[in-house]
Amino acid sequence: MKLIDRTASQLATLLQDGEVTRSEVVEAFLDRIDAVDESVAAFLHVTADRARRLARAADKAAEGGATPGGVPFALKDNMCTRGIPTTSGSRILEGYRPPYSATVASRLEDAGFILLGKTNLDEFAMGSSTENSGYFPTANPWDLRRVPGGSSGGSAAAVAAFEVPFALGSDTGGSIRQPASFCGVVGLKPTYGLVSRYGLVAFASSLDQIGPITRDVTDAAMVLNLIAGPDPLDSTSARVRAPDYTQALVPDVDGLVAGLPKELFGEGIDPEVKARVSEAAGVLGDLGVQVEECSLPHATYALDMYYIIAPAEASSNLARYDGTRYGFRYGVGESPAEGPARPEPGGEDPPPGLAAEAARPGPADLLEMYVETRRRGFGPEVKRRIMLGTYVLSAGYYDAYYLRAQKARTLLRQDFERAFSRYDFLISPTCPTVAFPLGEKVDDPLQMYLADLCTIPASLAGLPALSLPCGFSQGLPVGLQLMGPPFSEELLLRVGFAYEQRTDHHTKRPPLLGVKRR
Amino acid sequence: MNYEAVIALEVHVELATRSKIFCGCPTTFGAEPNTQVCPICLGHPGVLPVLNRRAVELAVRAALALNCEVHPESVFARKNYFYPDLPKGYQITQYDRPLATGGHLDLEVGGEVRRVRIRRVHLEEDTGKSFHGGDAHGSSPEHSLVDYNRAGVPLIEIVSEPDCRSPAEAGAYVEELRSVLEYAGVSDVRMEEGSLRCEPNVSLRPVGSERLGVPVELKNLNSIRAVERALVYEIERQSALLAAGGEVRRETRRWDEGSGTTRLMRVKETADDYRYFPEPDLLPLGLDAAWIESIRRSLPELRAARRERLVRDYGLPPYDAAVLTASRSLADYFEETVRLTGDPKTVSNWLMGDVMRLLNETGVGASVLRGRDSTFPPASLAELVALVQEGTISGKMAKEVLEEAFRTGRSPRDLVREKGLSQISDTAELEAVVDRVIEASPAAVDEFRAGKEKALGFLVGQVMKETEGKANPKLVNELLRKKL
Repeated sequence: MKLIDRTASQLATLLQDGEVTRSEVVEAFLDRIDAVDESVAAFLHVTADRARRLARAADKAAEGGATPGGVPFALKDNMCTRGIPTTSGSRILEGYRPPYSATVASRLEDAGFILLGKTNLDEFAMGSSTENSGYFPTANPWDLRRVPGGSSGGSAAAVAAFEVPFALGSDTGGSIRQPASFCGVVGLKPTYGLVSRYGLVAFASSLDQIGPITRDVTDAAMVLNLIAGPDPLDSTSARVRAPDYTQALVPDVDGLVAGLPKELFGEGIDPEVKARVSEAAGVLGDLGVQVEECSLPHATYALDMYYIIAPAEASSNLARYDGTRYGFRYGVGESPAEGPARPEPGGEDPPPGLAAEAARPGPADLLEMYVETRRRGFGPEVKRRIMLGTYVLSAGYYDAYYLRAQKARTLLRQDFERAFSRYDFLISPTCPTVAFPLGEKVDDPLQMYLADLCTIPASLAGLPALSLPCGFSQGLPVGLQLMGPPFSEELLLRVGFAYEQRTDHHTKRPPLLGVKRR
Repeated sequence: MNYEAVIALEVHVELATRSKIFCGCPTTFGAEPNTQVCPICLGHPGVLPVLNRRAVELAVRAALALNCEVHPESVFARKNYFYPDLPKGYQITQYDRPLATGGHLDLEVGGEVRRVRIRRVHLEEDTGKSFHGGDAHGSSPEHSLVDYNRAGVPLIEIVSEPDCRSPAEAGAYVEELRSVLEYAGVSDVRMEEGSLRCEPNVSLRPVGSERLGVPVELKNLNSIRAVERALVYEIERQSALLAAGGEVRRETRRWDEGSGTTRLMRVKETADDYRYFPEPDLLPLGLDAAWIESIRRSLPELRAARRERLVRDYGLPPYDAAVLTASRSLADYFEETVRLTGDPKTVSNWLMGDVMRLLNETGVGASVLRGRDSTFPPASLAELVALVQEGTISGKMAKEVLEEAFRTGRSPRDLVREKGLSQISDTAELEAVVDRVIEASPAAVDEFRAGKEKALGFLVGQVMKETEGKANPKLVNELLRKKL
């Protein structure tokens, strides 16, 4: 078996036992990135030299006895890494090197894990296809003409293409689970507050949550062990001690009761996807889980709530990108001078050739600096959400939109509470469809938003949710979503593990068609 | 028509914490620009705020000292607007659920007690400071510069109800507020350094009317005197405007100390839309009732109570007590000195006279006088009082010694010794001089013996002259009477 075929847990054992060196492991994955990332385009930055240096140093240290860690990983590029470019997929942060590292990055590196690079995403994590990246789109390893999902498309594609054993993603309305589903890998969005958000470039603060994207459930538990737990730098991180999640990996789910919310299993769900999820429910039934249909009445309005709350918070979170202190400023330097010209929302003319901008004199005044920096630095989807968010928070509209959405959110949370008084966990498809073709939905934001139909409810309620490969439709992976009450990650991992033991969907490998993309 | 002024005040006070409200950066005043900053207070991508417990404690102290109700739960909110000195593009403040509401301050104005109600006290972060058009630190007409040292310094905003009716009342309110906050130990309340910033708004209405007029907000007031002067000017400006049939616009005006006028900063056509919403990065601020009570119990005696106590315990005239309690440090200084000398009225006289004059002249605050680097600590004043009491120096000499001690930081006793200032209290030495004077002034001696008391004064003067003022005047008096 080649090194890249090993899971993170297997690699950890090999490294622990001294059967391979860190350098060998790092080289194996760097070779793989060299070989396939031209096609997949999962990475925005590969930190090859740094990874080699760290691996050599750790190998040297390991000569005197075993040291833990050593498994390579990738981070979605909205997690700050000190001195390493962090763009959040946006031109407005081109060239930005954070002066500090995100808590999750520090925890992984402190444990000896080795960063291979930063993965592509929809700009500021806003999107469901990674086509909104300010740099380039990422391809789905199962079909390079299709999207990998988003916004953590780079992380999911990198794991699916064996470019890295595991990666971290962030999930605001489905951004870990949906790409995991599209790419046939495992994605876990933990309970809001379980993993520190410190250093995660904020999109919607009350929803954002970091989690693992892995090849199997065992790896998800191992990675969660490393990143979960309270952080004094994040006031919203839960003051609960995280258990050892690998202890939950026992294939015993007999007697559990699961609900299948009909709102997430009706109109808009592809029949093939439904079929795969029903089959998965059957497998769970064979394992002794009693599966029943149930209802989350307010889930019908989840998309509406989400597209008020998330843009509202985003409009405020993205105000800091004003060209004053860091990142791109209109009239200074050349950024953002390259990349494809972007269409403006609302049928406006595209901005003049950005390369010509460098020659222009600086802004005439503060307002021009702000307006031109943000006009040129942000892409259309980001602008659309800033406008939406600004609107719903405006005086006179706040009560009608933001406040009502928050009230509805409480009702949805209560729906879940009621469901969990009867069911141990809930199941649904992760996405209504399989991966769609690149370019199919870029001009239809509403269609794009529907891709998150099944993932948004758990996000709004702050609940943990796990996406697992549960079969294929037209050769493309289908994802099964498990949702549980707050801090029920152990239960979800146990169910996922039991399901994985009975199935082989997670062992299937993408064909990686040899189409060059960059 | 006769108009009445209606004044409400918004006061921002920097809390005396060592670190900022949401990060660990220091809050020292006057550091080099942008040296007290970190990714958090610079608003880098991905950073999160963590609330400073000490800031909350001081804010609660302030609210309790202002007789407010402190709420068991308050909520932080984002106030969204763009400005380069606002790193995140929003200010974390409190909006519809502030820390405390419903307080009051009682003021004495012209012998009458007036109550000014306080609407709310809330916690927020300060912004950075912009420099424009070459005003400092190398900015130029082409580019402005920003210092973020102040960004994230904890503030409380204290909003009064529109209860003041004159510039004097507004001034008294700020004075009393400053005193209360200083007593409560929540801030160093230095208006000139901006640790207390006052923004009054004033409107006029016909006397007897209940409706409020159009308010004008005033900024750039760096002293209580400026608050009063600006309000006087603004009330005159509005009166003239109304008298001429004009209308007052809702606007913000900047006080110009040099010209003694206010100038238009911006017109507020509509209410600003700051798009407030609850700060998702911070949990609601829950305060334990027992904790609030423990802060209430730890509140020091406030000004009014202390004023009464100084009269009661030290037998000071009410006037003295009022002057000495104007600041907590001055009153502390008084009590420390009295503990060392045991002569309250004398200490009070020195403090209200020469010491306060020197404080004003040098611009040193009373708090500095009690500090470690003080040039004139309570021990020095006590020493001075003792030197006079034991007759070593005269009161007149003491004034000079005090001034020199204050300016040089040397001990009064050392100064007296070094300059040979001690008075001559040696009877034998003085007797010789007295004899010489009696012999040299037969006319005055005759007059005194003839019953003219005034002549004695002349003789005493002669003795003082001979001794270059060092003779103990009391002793000279006695000796002359004895010999004549």
